Amino acid sequence: MEFTARHAIGRKVVGQARVASDGFSARYDLDRIGGTFSRPSHKLAGQSYVGKVLVLDTSKGGVATAWMLREMAERGVVPLALVFNSVNPILAQGAAFGGVTMLAGFDGDITTQVPDGARVEIDPGTRTLRVLAAPADVTRPA
Amino acid sequence: MKLNDTERAILAGELGTVPKLALEHQIQVGDFFGAHDFVEVTQAHIMADTESLGEAGVRWLESLAGADDGRAQVRVPTITDPRGTDFAHAGKLGQAAWMLALERRAIEAFVRLGVSMTDTCINYQTIQAPVRGESVAFGDTGVVIYANSVCGARSNFEGGPSALSAGLTGRTPRYGFHLDAQRQATLRVRVDWTPSSLNDWGALGGVIGRLAGNYWAVPVVEGLEGAPGSDALKHFGAAMASFGSSALYHLAGITPEAYRIRDVGGDRLPVAHRVGRAEVEALQRAYAVDDEVDVVVFSAPQLSLYELRALAALCDGRRFVRPMLAVTSPQVKPDADRMGYTRRIEAAGGQVLTGMCFYQSYAREIAQANGWKRLATNSAKLVNILGGYGYVPMLASMQRCVEAAQTGRLA
Repeated sequence: MEFTARHAIGRKVVGQARVASDGFSARYDLDRIGGTFSRPSHKLAGQSYVGKVLVLDTSKGGVATAWMLREMAERGVVPLALVFNSVNPILAQGAAFGGVTMLAGFDGDITTQVPDGARVEIDPGTRTLRVLAAPADVTRPA
Repeated sequence: MKLNDTERAILAGELGTVPKLALEHQIQVGDFFGAHDFVEVTQAHIMADTESLGEAGVRWLESLAGADDGRAQVRVPTITDPRGTDFAHAGKLGQAAWMLALERRAIEAFVRLGVSMTDTCINYQTIQAPVRGESVAFGDTGVVIYANSVCGARSNFEGGPSALSAGLTGRTPRYGFHLDAQRQATLRVRVDWTPSSLNDWGALGGVIGRLAGNYWAVPVVEGLEGAPGSDALKHFGAAMASFGSSALYHLAGITPEAYRIRDVGGDRLPVAHRVGRAEVEALQRAYAVDDEVDVVVFSAPQLSLYELRALAALCDGRRFVRPMLAVTSPQVKPDADRMGYTRRIEAAGGQVLTGMCFYQSYAREIAQANGWKRLATNSAKLVNILGGYGYVPMLASMQRCVEAAQTGRLA
């Protein structure tokens, strides 16, 4: 499966997708020290975001994420990439400032098309998200 | 992006390393959103509390301040959002020395770059409100939505690095709400009840923000009676921006671009939602999960002189058993002192803090230091933010919050 985005920034990465039909704000939703989603009402509450490709609906709330992604990246407590149906300027600015890979804007709801736990490739050069392996294949012992 | 002579010179480094880095960042963002060119801005406003910047952000600021032999300066008036502390009250808040040291380093770097440390999120009430059609580069979502909607100015959400870049280059990529087409209404909302208290205005903004759902949606709201004041629209917009990531709304017959609903294309939209008192009360009830209160906070946005006047009147004759914090701007605080509002609030046991905002001031750490969890406030924006910081936030009127500070219970 391959999906093409309208907006892209960053370098090519491969990692495990963490998918939810919910929003994203580094200030509102994350425990940036522990590396988990901390907002109790978030659909990924309690789960780690570190090193994951987060596939979510849209950016939420305020402007702090523009600073926070870089700070999180320097401490190694950062998502591998961000994928959204739509983003506000803050996420684009934050991704540019923090060097975080991001795709946004798809035909259809991307959170219903990428399986949670799948291994995916994000290529900003071609503006594509490619599903490399289904969740079962990712978790199966080699 | 199409660049003019000035921009090509900046990009070639003819004006120094710092403006070049700033413009490169802006081109990345402009390319992401398909901007064709830049628009000149008259002022910039930077959100830059050190809880957000961290060590990495402060080091980046210091590197800019030290580059080009320390000669880099902003090209247009550039001001700051609240800091992460009120240095005079940091000890009482339980903030650690490293937080204050980081703040001092950030301030020093900003000052070297020519930034004016206004430390306020109500600059449209205290510094200089932009006018209709004026392009600006504002940070803080509440500032942007007020400037766009109430003033008719033009700004996108500019995060700290981008707002500073705009100050350093005097321009910003022309996309989003700098474009006429983007400012047309996309969602028509009919309101059949007009709030009176600030928490109700905030809750109404939160309800409409949730309905709007994303940054690019522009609600046009009809049915409000009378002309809301600046503080009402401050809470309304700040909550809408917080709950919905919204940056622009129109109020038919009230805000400058929607003198008639058809001026923003609202007449061609079906009424998508009807919102009344029930929806506003439901949002507030959703946060009413406890009777006990550990701390009462008035903040987000910072309080105007009129809000402090009202708060002082409510404090008269009371004695608080819970901490009550009221946060305002460095521009308002001296007037509050002169008018006696600060003295009356402190006589009841409250504190008036300045130049900070509660959620931008290491909210998680000060909760742990003080044993705060259950928090009462009249700010819908604040309750939306603080859940992620481990608080149980509750939304109520200013009067009920003051009574909670006196009794320890939110009746």
